[in-house]
Amino acid sequence: MSGPSDYQPSHPALKWIERRLPIMGLVHSSFVAYPTPRNLNYWWTFGAILSFMLGAQILTGVILAMHYTPNADLAFRSVELLVRDVNYGWLLRNMHAAGASMFFFAVYVHMFRGLYYGSYKEPREVLWILGVIIYLLMMATGFMGYVLPWGQMSFWGATVITNLFSAIPYVGDSIVTLLWGGYSVGNPTLNRFFSLHYLLPFLIAGVVVLHVWALHVAGQGNPTGVDVKSEKDTVPFTPYATIKDLFGVSVFLLLFCWFIFYMPNYLGDADNYIPANPGVTPQHIVPEWYYLPFYAILRSIPNKLAGVIAMFSAIIVLVFLPWLDTAKTRSCKYRPLAKQFFWLFVVTCILLGYLGAQPPEGVYVILGRILTVCYFAYFLIVMPLLSRIETPRPLPNSIADDVLAKSGVKAAVSAIVALVVAGGLLAGGVQSARAAEETTPPSQTWSFSGPFGKYDRGALQRGLKVYKEVCSNCHALSYIAFRNIGDPGGPGYSEAQVKAFAAEYKIKDGPNDQGEMFERPGRPADYFPSPFPNEQAARAANGGAAPPDLSLIAKARSYERGFPQFIFDFFTQFQEQGPNYIVGILTGFEDKAPAGVTIPDGSYYNKYFPGHAIKMPKPLSDGQITFDDGSPATVQQYAHDVATFLMWAAEPHMEDRKKLGMQVFIFLIIFAGLMYFTKKKVWADAH
Amino acid sequence: MNPDAATIAAGAPIEVDLSPVAEGQDIKVFWRGKPIYIMNRTKKQIEEARAVAVDSLRDPQSDESRVKAGHDNWLVVIGICTHLGCIPIAYEGNYDGFFCPCHGSQYDSSGRIRQGPAPLNLAVPPYQFVSDTKIQIG
Repeated sequence: MSGPSDYQPSHPALKWIERRLPIMGLVHSSFVAYPTPRNLNYWWTFGAILSFMLGAQILTGVILAMHYTPNADLAFRSVELLVRDVNYGWLLRNMHAAGASMFFFAVYVHMFRGLYYGSYKEPREVLWILGVIIYLLMMATGFMGYVLPWGQMSFWGATVITNLFSAIPYVGDSIVTLLWGGYSVGNPTLNRFFSLHYLLPFLIAGVVVLHVWALHVAGQGNPTGVDVKSEKDTVPFTPYATIKDLFGVSVFLLLFCWFIFYMPNYLGDADNYIPANPGVTPQHIVPEWYYLPFYAILRSIPNKLAGVIAMFSAIIVLVFLPWLDTAKTRSCKYRPLAKQFFWLFVVTCILLGYLGAQPPEGVYVILGRILTVCYFAYFLIVMPLLSRIETPRPLPNSIADDVLAKSGVKAAVSAIVALVVAGGLLAGGVQSARAAEETTPPSQTWSFSGPFGKYDRGALQRGLKVYKEVCSNCHALSYIAFRNIGDPGGPGYSEAQVKAFAAEYKIKDGPNDQGEMFERPGRPADYFPSPFPNEQAARAANGGAAPPDLSLIAKARSYERGFPQFIFDFFTQFQEQGPNYIVGILTGFEDKAPAGVTIPDGSYYNKYFPGHAIKMPKPLSDGQITFDDGSPATVQQYAHDVATFLMWAAEPHMEDRKKLGMQVFIFLIIFAGLMYFTKKKVWADAH
Repeated sequence: MNPDAATIAAGAPIEVDLSPVAEGQDIKVFWRGKPIYIMNRTKKQIEEARAVAVDSLRDPQSDESRVKAGHDNWLVVIGICTHLGCIPIAYEGNYDGFFCPCHGSQYDSSGRIRQGPAPLNLAVPPYQFVSDTKIQIG
């Protein structure tokens, strides 16, 4: 893309094509011979990482769409069945969901890099603005994608975000109706979001082509901000940049895979494992972590319209950056004041993200307002002012000079520290938003925790027995089929045992030739029958509180871990809030409520239930069920076994996931190592 | 991209029988996918709603203008918080009215905003009494 190429293929057939469509010349001049500055650091590999992520998202997304049903009644179930039944469906979904977070993480690094090194300055203004457009498209795509699983957070996130547009005077309500396709968020909304979620990534890909084109016209920036002056300042893109990017991508993949294989729900919200319900609002509606700073800005302004304007301005202001910062020196490396303000700005963004996850009350609101002012002040006051009053340090004569006088890696280290703290705070903010003044259930020991965790077969079989004899009287398990209890990684029954187990159930089938429904013995392909025909019946029979389906309960319940515990949780792979909570509930019943707590009639006191008044009577008592394997017949044992069983029901492929994860990690570590040494070898003469 | 014919047809008026709702209770019905609270207010709630000075409210509306004359005990409002669209909980908060769990908006026993970030009162849907114990919404 930098002018006509002199590339000539040697093979006659390729020559024939090249004369008619010089595509190989284009690739050669853009990605092989293209001169790239010699002094690029690893922050520049995020461009390649982002291209990779876009490709990965599109690829996994296209396959997921083959199995997804965009219908308000079926969407949630189709996502669950896709995770359970499609070959490697769990992997595809984890990749796509964690991939969205990783995509945003990489784009934020990429943007902060641009901010620090002045990548938006002349002659790269259009390049920068194209980047802002990509970012806006990404936000729209990410938001609509989050709606598709049609869980509680999907539904209510969609409600809150679409309602933002109603703040626009005169046309606001019409815009909202167009977004909804009805009188509220519903099936038409889901359908159009699915369509747009499929379309927008290709628009992004198109703008990325423009972005790369503009990049190759203006040339890459570099850490010194000094223009390329001679051949000595550059190296050819291949092999130098290619191998460096490849190493960057493989290190990034290590982080990505940590989420995919070990922490798939760390960044998600437990509420999204509850199907959407227009009649119940979750306690805290929190967007995904990557929107939190903007959500904080929205909420810090007491006027609705002004809040919406401020939120969108916070992004639009980036477009004007090239004209707000008029300093001649590009890189903050040589701008002592700008450098400090840059880091203050990074901290501001992180803190705004933290506040976005907090309930909007008390000190959080005031802090939010102060930080919102700081955010805008950085662009509108600090930047124009600094470019007038600051005296930059002397620039090196050329890139080659700079490479010879190599300086330390201090900045990189401090940046990494800041980013790790940022990620930690954000994730923690999300978790602490799941407010829990209640006592948190004590942590249990689980055989399936950690990177090598496996389900205890005995516990699964005992847990199934507890479910069948007790829980199933009120609670459905509608995502589990009888065949699943014979699946590898599950309770491990044989085919004959599964058949016998299924045959004990009566399944409604039909209509037959006479047009009547009839009952027949269950088959392995049937799903566990629900105790009630519909939700209303379940509610009516249980004093107004419908017993929840237990298929996903181990992932749909969680509690706050608090700072700094959640940071350690990321490294220790702690994911067992759900089973801990189940054991807590089952063992947390007390006959007498403590003084000061009143329990309404028809409810029971439970230490670990949010609000303490639970409609379910104490379901288990000692000696109620006898186990064939001689395990103790105690409530503690029952609770532990049934929690294990429900964890398996929620995550039937966990063993596969962790096993594959280990293989992938071994491969990636070796691959990244090879890439590193290859890169060293390739670059040996360039430094 | 406007709502299709089936969606509009499904949004036709509905009739609700009020006889099962005792004083001090409320029911929630869905109309056009929106929850509508129908509250049979107690004397105390009505008095509280009428005692407050209308001018002091963020969105000044008298209680009389929000209910139908002769049916002063019945409050019919769309249960969607005017802030960002969550569903407030009836009989919670400091004003004997509604409390929104999302961002802490509080509405009084007339559904008027009294505290929190919401800009407007809870909307009153179009409705009329077809008999003493039955209303038509829409």
